[in-house]
Amino acid sequence: MGIISRGFSGRRSAADAKLPPGQYLTTDFPVLSAGPTPHIPLDQWEFVIDDGTDILRRWNWKSFRDLPTETFTVDVHCVTRWSKLGTFWEGVSLDTILADVKTDASYAMARSYGDYTTNLPLKDLMNNQAWIAFRFDNKDLAPEHGGPARLLVPHLYLWKSAKWVRGVTLMHKDKPGFWESLGYHIYGDPWREQRYSGDE
Amino acid sequence: MNSHTCHYEYLDGNAAAGELSNIFTMDVTAAKGQCAHCGATKRFAEAHVYMQAPGIVARCAVCEHVILRFVTTRQRVFLDLRGMTCLILDTSQLIDSGQ
Repeated sequence: MGIISRGFSGRRSAADAKLPPGQYLTTDFPVLSAGPTPHIPLDQWEFVIDDGTDILRRWNWKSFRDLPTETFTVDVHCVTRWSKLGTFWEGVSLDTILADVKTDASYAMARSYGDYTTNLPLKDLMNNQAWIAFRFDNKDLAPEHGGPARLLVPHLYLWKSAKWVRGVTLMHKDKPGFWESLGYHIYGDPWREQRYSGDE
Repeated sequence: MNSHTCHYEYLDGNAAAGELSNIFTMDVTAAKGQCAHCGATKRFAEAHVYMQAPGIVARCAVCEHVILRFVTTRQRVFLDLRGMTCLILDTSQLIDSGQ
């Protein structure tokens, strides 16, 4: 399958980096986790789009990897205040994943192996803004960073980029996920510093 | 929790003692809690606590389901205990000391 490259602008130094408010620059890649790291054999991995009742699309690892992929370079911002710039990934665009899905839903709940969840508007998964990433820095994505595949939505705080993603449930009403139900912001825009519920 | 997991990221329940002492007057790590998922009753000190996260997450030492979540925001604390059906605190020391 073809690979599309987009957005590579080279690595920037701390001096010329523009960071969202309240963030500091890091060059390593901290590992945050709310539970044990799942190790999912590829022959058991699957990714499912559902509407809460019915399965709309399902991929196993082979059919997922047959989808067209993209490489992309993005900045990521963790709500615990570190930002990492110029990270290089390969993945499948959610535009590709959702291309044949007919829905009038407005929201999505990403679901992970290990039972993590995070919610976001469906429009934030579309228009070249989100990917299911499976390679980082030209290597298979390590389990501690969400491998074999994680959601990546770099324009929102990184808790929205669910590690070990196993599916997306389309919803008509927004519903808080794991952290959003415990004081974190329902949307999580780092440039507006939407860390906690109540932040504008 | 599925069988494809490894366990090296967590601390024991004592690691959460400092944060929990800000909201509980008694030592919660010495208390026993019953997991709402598997029913196991264990001392909180035995729980698997994940601190490298946007909040503190404590999981049952037997089944790994979440028993406690704790988040401190700018001016509020959020505490979720729905993963525990019961938290049993030992008051004998308070009685012995006449409190």
